Amino acid sequence: MVETAGPVLQEVIPGARAWSMVIRRGYSLRLRDLEGGANCSALFYNAHNPLERYNMADTLKAQYTAYLTRGHVCYSDMGRILVSITEDTVGWHDTYCGVSRRAELEQRYGRADYQTHLNGFMRNGRELFLIELGKWGLGKRDLVANVNFFSKVSADAEGALSFQAGHSRVGDTVTMHAEMDTLVVLNTCPHRLDPTLQWTPRPVACEVLHVGETPAWDACRLSRAENARGYALTARHHCQCH
Amino acid sequence: MSPASVTSQIDPASAVHDEVVPAGSAWTWRLTKGQTLRIFDMEGNQAVDTLFFNANDTSEHYSVAETIVAQRHLYLTAGTVLVSSEGNPMLTITADNCGRHDTLGGACAGESNQVRYALSTLPMHSCRDSFLLACAESPWGLTKRDLVSNINFFMNVPVTPEGRLSFEDGISGPGKFVDLRAEMDVIVLVSNCPQLNNPCNAYNPTPVRMLIWD
Repeated sequence: MVETAGPVLQEVIPGARAWSMVIRRGYSLRLRDLEGGANCSALFYNAHNPLERYNMADTLKAQYTAYLTRGHVCYSDMGRILVSITEDTVGWHDTYCGVSRRAELEQRYGRADYQTHLNGFMRNGRELFLIELGKWGLGKRDLVANVNFFSKVSADAEGALSFQAGHSRVGDTVTMHAEMDTLVVLNTCPHRLDPTLQWTPRPVACEVLHVGETPAWDACRLSRAENARGYALTARHHCQCH
Repeated sequence: MSPASVTSQIDPASAVHDEVVPAGSAWTWRLTKGQTLRIFDMEGNQAVDTLFFNANDTSEHYSVAETIVAQRHLYLTAGTVLVSSEGNPMLTITADNCGRHDTLGGACAGESNQVRYALSTLPMHSCRDSFLLACAESPWGLTKRDLVSNINFFMNVPVTPEGRLSFEDGISGPGKFVDLRAEMDVIVLVSNCPQLNNPCNAYNPTPVRMLIWD
């Protein structure tokens, strides 16, 4: 797709911090790994009714994939497309590992609380999500299986998981286009299976771009018959009032 | 943890509860810590969509991510600990003569059937319908918000090393079962799957039997 102008918003999310924004239909969100080795955990909700939310299982089974890349879309539990992945230089984004918990960080990196480390203290992925979700009146019941952009965890033939180090490089980007008005909630805590023993949370740059409606020839729409039907259901959604 | 058979010597006659759940029905139960639940595939290849909640705080629920990351493994079988959204053990799979159960495929819904098969499939019965009705009629105040990614007992959804996901014929058969020991008081929410559009029920949804022992 073609951007019609420069970014309407540019921000840097420091490592191990949270961010959220409603991305209106027709706008794209581009994430950029500024230092290499970033992780950006993401949740998506219908901005007008957050009971409708990203559904990992429906996303994977509609597209017969266990990971996400360009040409894939993120489905809600209502058969509609929240965002479509229109550009990707990374090639694999993790869908099934969730976010880190406090006990995991303490076990790997030791304790670093605010009282002793001030703003250098460690926040885990779950706490960051709960803080950011809380700003929208959302909480534990809304914290569903998330996407981990920039991270790759594959499974062998028996199902054993392995984290791929060095997967995302400096300057890698992934761009998602809002097909509905979508509340995007992000955090940049390191991936919970990243074996790095030093606490090195990486920053991620965000850009919001005005792109316009997804054209008929868009790769995500054409990538499979399931997605054509997903776009048809999303178009039905757009004829309703919010 | 390749598919392996771990059987059980518990006597069905000593069960404190024994109930058949027809295909297309929901089933809910409050299981006390220490009790064992057996889900018994009576006729074979029947997907049993299942969620668990902490009976004392239903905001704590079964978590696919916590469970697979804890065991560093995608599939569920004997020895798997089902881990909650708070990182706590909810149940342990103590016996499993099937060998592999899915936790990525989620529950079918009318809307996801429309995406996957045809826009005309909306009226077909689905697990999400069964879940929603069971939530509405349950005394625990469960709602759509509580419907997170679930387990599909007896369902086979292999992921290749290249990241491709497929829905295969079940590896279950008549008489296959899985035993789960409750590590906390849990609410069990089951939909015995009515899906007719793919081979998860061998195109022939059939009853399952639920047995509980103290």
